[in-house]
Amino acid sequence: MVHLSWYLTVSALLFCIGVFGFLTRRNIIMMLLSIELMLNSVNLNLAAMSHYMEDLRGQVLVFFIIAVAAAEAAIGLGIVVTLFRNHRSVYTEDITTLKG
Amino acid sequence: MPIYLLLIPFLPLASFIFTLLFAKRLKKQAHWPPIIAVLISFLCACYAFDQVLHGTHINADLYTWFASAKFKASVGFLLDELTAVMLIVVTSVSSLVHIYSVGYMHDDPGYARFFSYLSLFTFSMLMLVLGNNFLQLYFGWEAVGLSSYLLIGFWYHKKSASDAGKKAFIVNRFGDFGFGLGIIVVFLVFGSVHYDTVFANVHQAVGQTFNFLGIDFDVISLMAILLFCGAVGKSAQIPLHVWLPDAMEGPTPVSALIHAATMVTAGVFLVARCNPIFSLSPAAMNLVTIIGALTCFFAATIALVQVDIKRVIAYSTVSQLAYMFIGCGVGAYGAGIFHLYTHAYFKALLFLGAGSVIHAMGDEQDIRKMGGLKKYLPVTYFTFLIASLSISGIPPFAGFFSKDEILAMAFASPVGAGKFAWFVGTVVAGMTAFYSFRLIFLTFHGEFRGTEEQKKHLHESPPTMTIPLTLLALGALAAGWVGVPEVLGGENGWAHFLAPVVGHPDVHLSHFTEWALMTISVAAGLTGIYLAYVMYMVKPQIPVELAKKHPKLYDILFNKYYVDEFYNATIVEPTINCGRKVLRGIVDGKIIEGVVNGVPGLIGRFSTLLAGLQNGRVQHYGGVMAVGAFILLWIFMM
Amino acid sequence: MVQLLFFYFALVVIGLGLRIVTAKNPVHCVLLMLVLFFHMAGLYLLLNAEFLAAVQIIVYAGAILVLYLFVLFLVDLREEVKMSPFIKKGKWLGIVGAIALFLTFLRGVMNFSLGPHGQYTIEKIQQMTHTKAMGEAIYTTYILPFEVAGIILLVAVIGGLAMAKREK
Repeated sequence: MVHLSWYLTVSALLFCIGVFGFLTRRNIIMMLLSIELMLNSVNLNLAAMSHYMEDLRGQVLVFFIIAVAAAEAAIGLGIVVTLFRNHRSVYTEDITTLKG
Repeated sequence: MPIYLLLIPFLPLASFIFTLLFAKRLKKQAHWPPIIAVLISFLCACYAFDQVLHGTHINADLYTWFASAKFKASVGFLLDELTAVMLIVVTSVSSLVHIYSVGYMHDDPGYARFFSYLSLFTFSMLMLVLGNNFLQLYFGWEAVGLSSYLLIGFWYHKKSASDAGKKAFIVNRFGDFGFGLGIIVVFLVFGSVHYDTVFANVHQAVGQTFNFLGIDFDVISLMAILLFCGAVGKSAQIPLHVWLPDAMEGPTPVSALIHAATMVTAGVFLVARCNPIFSLSPAAMNLVTIIGALTCFFAATIALVQVDIKRVIAYSTVSQLAYMFIGCGVGAYGAGIFHLYTHAYFKALLFLGAGSVIHAMGDEQDIRKMGGLKKYLPVTYFTFLIASLSISGIPPFAGFFSKDEILAMAFASPVGAGKFAWFVGTVVAGMTAFYSFRLIFLTFHGEFRGTEEQKKHLHESPPTMTIPLTLLALGALAAGWVGVPEVLGGENGWAHFLAPVVGHPDVHLSHFTEWALMTISVAAGLTGIYLAYVMYMVKPQIPVELAKKHPKLYDILFNKYYVDEFYNATIVEPTINCGRKVLRGIVDGKIIEGVVNGVPGLIGRFSTLLAGLQNGRVQHYGGVMAVGAFILLWIFMM
Repeated sequence: MVQLLFFYFALVVIGLGLRIVTAKNPVHCVLLMLVLFFHMAGLYLLLNAEFLAAVQIIVYAGAILVLYLFVLFLVDLREEVKMSPFIKKGKWLGIVGAIALFLTFLRGVMNFSLGPHGQYTIEKIQQMTHTKAMGEAIYTTYILPFEVAGIILLVAVIGGLAMAKREK
C-alpha cells in the first residue's frame, strides 16, 4: 500500500525543485516553466489528499488549477513576448528597470 | 487704588509705546508725548507727597500675575514716606532732563528713539520705587538696567558706546545674581515676597541659620548681604564700580538722569527699604559701611587726576553714592536718603552743566583744552558753581546738611566701622571739594586753551537747556533746608518725616560734638577749595611738578588703579577663551555637530545599504519571498 | 504492484524535474516536461483520477507546452547553449534555499494527520466512474468556481489579444 506521506514527499520534492529552478534560471521562459512544475506538484498533493480522504474536493480543485494555470501560462508568455519586444532580451539580468 | 498713583508710572509707559510707534511721524515733535507724560507724573507725585504728609498710606496689589501655593507674584503699589520722597526726586529730575534734552539732542537723528527710551526708563524707575514686593523691585531693577543699556549705547554705531552698554549690563548682572539669591532666601525664610509680610515677621527669623556646605550662615545676615550685592552692582560700589565711568559714553542727559540722580540710587533705596533686615545684622551693616568708606576714598582719589569732564563727575558720583551707603550702613537710613535727595539735584546739575559746556565746545570733553569759559557761558558757570559749592559741603547749600548729617551719624554710631567711616568721609570731603573746584578752575577760569575753531563756536546754551539748569540750581541750594538739624536751630523735619519707615538711629550726640564735627567737615571743604585755587590758579606748575615727582602714583591714579585691566585678564579673557575653545570648539563643533551631521550621515549610509535590496531583478525578490516563507513556516511549526 | 508503479512514476518525475531545471537547451526542457506530464498522468491514474489524467494530458501537454515552444522562437538557441543556464551569483543560494524548504516541508509531512473523511469512497468512484463523480461535484457544489474559471479563461483570451496587438 502506498502511504499518503510518500505522495506528499514527492510533491514536496518536486515543489522544491521548482523553487530552485525559478530562483536560478537566467531565461525567463525557463522561469515560467519552473512555475508550471510547482503547480504540478501542488496538483499531485491535492489529488493524493483527496484520494486518501475519500472526498472529491481536492480533485475538483486540481481541475480548476489546471484551467487557471493554462490561462496564466498564456498571459505570462504574452508578457514575455511584449518584454522581448521592448528590451530585445529574454534574460532576467537585462531587465532591471525596477531598480532602486 | 487712587488714579493719581496709577498715572505716575503708567503715563511714562504709555508715552514710551506711543513715541516708539509713531517715531517716524512725530520726527522733531517727538518730545511732546514724553514731556507731557512726565510732567503730569510729577504733578501726581507732588499730590501723592501731599497726601502722605497728611497721613495717607497705600499698600495694595493691582494685579496678581499668579499665585501658586505660598508664592504670590503680583503688581502692587506701596505709598509711604520713603516712596513719596523717591517719587518727587525721580519725576522732577526726569522732567528737567526731558526738557534739557530738547535742546541737547536737537540735531540727533535718533531724536524720537531717545525720548522713548527716557520714558521707558522713567516708567521702570517708578515701578521700582512704587513696588510693594521684592519681585516688582527686581522687575524695576532689571528694567532700569535695560534702559540704561539702551541709553548708554544710544550711539550704537560707536564701538566704545556699545561696548560700554554691554559692560554696564554684564557687570550689573553679577550684582543681580546675588540680589536674586537674596530674594530667594527671603522667600524661603518668610514664605512671601511682599514687604509687609517680610518686615512684620523679620524678628522671628533672628538666630535662624542656613546650612550651606557645612557652614552655618545666619539667615538675616545672609539675606542682607545678598541683597546688598545687588546694590553694589547697581550703585557702582567696589568691586562692581567699573561700569559707571564707561557709561559716560552715553549722551549727557542720560548721565545726568540715570547715572547721577536715579538709577544708581536704586541701591541706596534698596538698603533703606530693607532697613528692618539690615538693622538686625551687624555683619551686614559693617560690610555696607566698610565698602562705602573704601569706595568713597577710592573713587575720590581717581577723580583727582582725570582729564575728561564727565569722568571726573562720574567718579564723584561713585564717591557720593558711597557716602549714602555709609549713612545707611551706620543705621542712619534717613540721612542716607537725605543725601540721595540733595545729591540728585546738584549732581544732575553738574552733569547738565557739563553737557552745556560740551555742547558749546563742539563735543570736546578734555578739560585741558578748555579754560576761561565763564565769560562765554555765564549761566552755565553760575549754576555749576552753585552745584560745586553744594557738593563740597559748604553751608547754606544743600550738600552741607546732608553730608554733615551722615558724618555726624557715622561718628556717633554704635556700628563698629562707624568712626573709621567718619574719618574717611571727612578726608574725602576735602578731596571732593578739591577736585570739584579743580574742575571749575580748569574749565571756566584762566585762558582758553582750545583751538580757534572751537573759540568761534562758543555760545551759551538755548533756554531749553539753561532753564533746567537754573531750576536745578535752586534745588542744589535750597533742597537741604528741609533737614536743618536742631543744633543749628532747625527742626530736622526730614528725619521726623521719614522716621515711620526707616526708624531713628539710636545715637546721642552732645551739641558740642555736633558743632565740632560740623566745623571739621566745613574746614575740610574750604581747605580743598583753597588748595585747588592755589594749585590751579595761582601756581599752575605745582600739579605738573607733582606728577613728575611721583610718576608711578600718578599713573596708578590716572589709570583707575588698573582695575579694568585686572578684570579683563582674570574674568573676561578666560571666559572668552573658554567660550571659543571649549564651548564652540568642542561642545558645539564636535559633539553637537557630530550628532547633527552624524545621524543623517548614518541614516544615509544605512539607507544606501538597504537600497541594495531593490535591484530590479525579479528572482532576487522571489528569493526574498522564499526566505520569508521559510521563516514563517518555521514559526508556525514551532 | 501498485507500489512498483508508484516508485517508477515517482522516480522518473523527480529525475525529470532535476534535469529540466538544469538543462541548457530550453527546447530540451520543454520536451522533458512533456514526458514528465505523461508520468504525472500515470500518478493520477494510480489515484483513481482518470478524468484528471486525461485533462492533464490534453491541457498541459497538448496546449501549454505548445505555447511554450512557440515562445521559444524568440530565443537564439545557438547562443543559449553556450552559456550557463543559471544566474551569476545565485546558484548555491538557490540550492541551499531549496533544500531548506524541503526539510521544512518534510517536517510538516511527518507531523501530518488527516481530517474527517468525505462520502466519495474509492468503491463509489470506481463504480460510477470518476468522470461522472467529478461532473456531479463540479456542477452542483462547485458551480460558482466553475463559472469564475470560465471568466478567467475569457480574460486570458482578451489579454492575450490585447498584448499581441502591434502599435500602429
